[in-house]
Amino acid sequence: MSAPTADATRFARIPRAGLFTEEHEELRSIVRGFVQRALRPNAEEWERAGDFPVRDVFVQAGTVGLFGAKYESTYGGTGPDLVADAVITEEIALCGAGGVAAALGAHKDLGPYYVYRFGTEEQRQRWLAPAVAGTKIGALALTEPGAGSDVAGIQSKAEPDGDGWRLSGTKTFITNGPIADFVVVAARTTPEGSHDGISLFVVEAGAPGFHASRVDTVGWRTSHTGELVFDQAPAELLGELNGGFRHVMQNFQWERIVMALAAVTAAQATLDLAIDYARDRTAFGRPVAKFQVWKHRFADMATEIEAARALTYHALRKIVAGEDATREVSMAKWLATELDWKVADEALQVHGGYGYMMEFPVQRAWRDSRVGPIGGGSTEIMKEIIGRSYGL
Amino acid sequence: MLHPLFTPEHEELRTAVRQFVESELAPHAMEWEREGAFPDWVFKRMGDLGFLGVRFPPEYGGQGGDWGHSIVIGEETARSGSGGVGMAIAVQSEMATPPIFKFGTEDQKERYLAPSIRGEKIACLGISEPNAGSDVAGIETTSRRTSGGWAINGRKIFITNGVRADFCLLVTRSDRAAGHEGFSLFLVDTDLPGFEVSRKLDKLGMRSSDTAELVLDDVNVPADALLGEEGRGFIEIMWELQGERLIGVAGSVAGAWLVFEKTLQYAKERHAFGRPIGSFQVNRHKFATMATELEAARQFVYDTALAWERGEYPVKQISMAKLYGGLVVNRVMNECLQIFGGMGYATETGIERAWRDSRLIRIGGGTDEIMREVISKSLGVW
Repeated sequence: MSAPTADATRFARIPRAGLFTEEHEELRSIVRGFVQRALRPNAEEWERAGDFPVRDVFVQAGTVGLFGAKYESTYGGTGPDLVADAVITEEIALCGAGGVAAALGAHKDLGPYYVYRFGTEEQRQRWLAPAVAGTKIGALALTEPGAGSDVAGIQSKAEPDGDGWRLSGTKTFITNGPIADFVVVAARTTPEGSHDGISLFVVEAGAPGFHASRVDTVGWRTSHTGELVFDQAPAELLGELNGGFRHVMQNFQWERIVMALAAVTAAQATLDLAIDYARDRTAFGRPVAKFQVWKHRFADMATEIEAARALTYHALRKIVAGEDATREVSMAKWLATELDWKVADEALQVHGGYGYMMEFPVQRAWRDSRVGPIGGGSTEIMKEIIGRSYGL
Repeated sequence: MLHPLFTPEHEELRTAVRQFVESELAPHAMEWEREGAFPDWVFKRMGDLGFLGVRFPPEYGGQGGDWGHSIVIGEETARSGSGGVGMAIAVQSEMATPPIFKFGTEDQKERYLAPSIRGEKIACLGISEPNAGSDVAGIETTSRRTSGGWAINGRKIFITNGVRADFCLLVTRSDRAAGHEGFSLFLVDTDLPGFEVSRKLDKLGMRSSDTAELVLDDVNVPADALLGEEGRGFIEIMWELQGERLIGVAGSVAGAWLVFEKTLQYAKERHAFGRPIGSFQVNRHKFATMATELEAARQFVYDTALAWERGEYPVKQISMAKLYGGLVVNRVMNECLQIFGGMGYATETGIERAWRDSRLIRIGGGTDEIMREVISKSLGVW
């Protein structure tokens, strides 16, 4: 109804949600095409096997350009364009197997991104460029058996050794750890335990004293989640000596926003699955979807998904604008991941007994989504960050 | 950064409105609540300041703005501390008058829209009836043709501004046999014979706003009182409801932010067991939860308004934003009252008032349940 404004075309020039241009939507359809063709049809089989053809999938994904949106062409990238990277994240989340999405996502947003952000030009050429191509796989190792969300509690140690360093300690829950060609590892570089005494290192697969093994997980079963043991393993410093804590905090914002983006998209896919089932399934002579209680529960879920999306896009806009988005990212991360899990639980409920059977994909959404409120900083940690940001 | 709905110019308007609200409205909130009404000069004053009808074009006295401007007005008037004031203003500018601009003749715009924008005429909107609220199709007020125009008979209830309005935009049934195609809208002067305010309703919250029950007993209106097209009233009022829901939830969420801010301040000052209650981890997480959900609701409102301005008619999104915002606002108000403890239950802090005021958003303009019906239709589970 609005009357003509001084700048009548202003709204027409604003991209969707203030983020997505026509080019982004073209990229979306390319990535969607790849995901629906090369990944999704295999999801069921890969899940059963608890594995996927890692090298093949990474190289294919690299060829399509899934890993390069954040980087300049020098490294084989197509960016830097964080919005494009967000589009890729959203589409990968639709691949049907949380573990494959996690493997591709962890590679895209963690280890290699650290190399780009904090590495030297030479390190970028050595590790980032092949990571963008998908020929080398990178991982990030922060969590330890005794230190998860509490990054300052890290016990792993690195000591100078000639021109380099030797790293010792144990890391756990490391996505892509057992399949990685290089791992970015946080370790202590000063004797006193504080935020300031942590540094980042790169350890390459096959290095003497480095051993990785796979751990069994309730969800994300296609993902190679690992425990990594370092015993005097040769390591190369990445970024600033004793600046590791700050580096980790810097990248956390991106790690968490992509988790929120993926969770919103996954929740929508799970809801679609639930609605499809409820339309087909008949009880008491009519489709389950036609019972008013279920209609309203679907309406609530769809509503909460859109609300989480609005919040997530708000946080993303702030990041893209280069502003401090710590508070907003923390909000989006917990709201979206908790919602993804809640939607999965409702979706399982509407499936009834079939929801409890391994032959239906909804159980996978239920198991896979449960890690959202834990990984990348738990919901409780997010609320600590938000509460503190208000001076509490 | 600003949401893309807004420009720095919107923020200038925000500053001006906030200043006005804080200096001229907020100091009277308590008194107006007690009296059960705020004075008519508020309409005139806001008209003079150009705050009524920011979205209408200059030829009618408006500011030629967009949804961003309307939301700024809705959000800032909500900060008066008295929900009824913001609601009455929203009825004036965003509910009873947009249909005049959208569907009215030039003559109707001159006679009703322009003086409403100036704050000289007070407008009300007559949809609900004793037996028809969210179920608009159940409306029983009739309009029938007479030699000189139309005669209207019926009752309307829960009519904001209805006690003192100069005119009412009425939803009537003009052809019972035509079903949804049998509704027509009218602009009815309240001083016409047969138009009676049968009572002023007493209510739980929004007490500074007058709410009327109206009786129309053979009210004769001229032919040019018909607004829009005869028989198109249902679709026209459905369009009106979209703006009503969007502005309603925008104001409601802003009102909850204000209470959130007050509660945050209180939690830092109030000590228990030797430390500020805000420093207890449980309360810190309550604030984190509230802020997160409020921010989601606010961004949802902005995204929806943006989608509308970009050319969509986002009925599903509007319904969702209202449903989500209303539920969040109610949760936040209740949690804030809890954090305030005894002081929240005492009237002097204004927290209990906000708590009571906020309850309406989940009923007015279409209940939560109606929103879910609308949303589920769009999901194809119908």
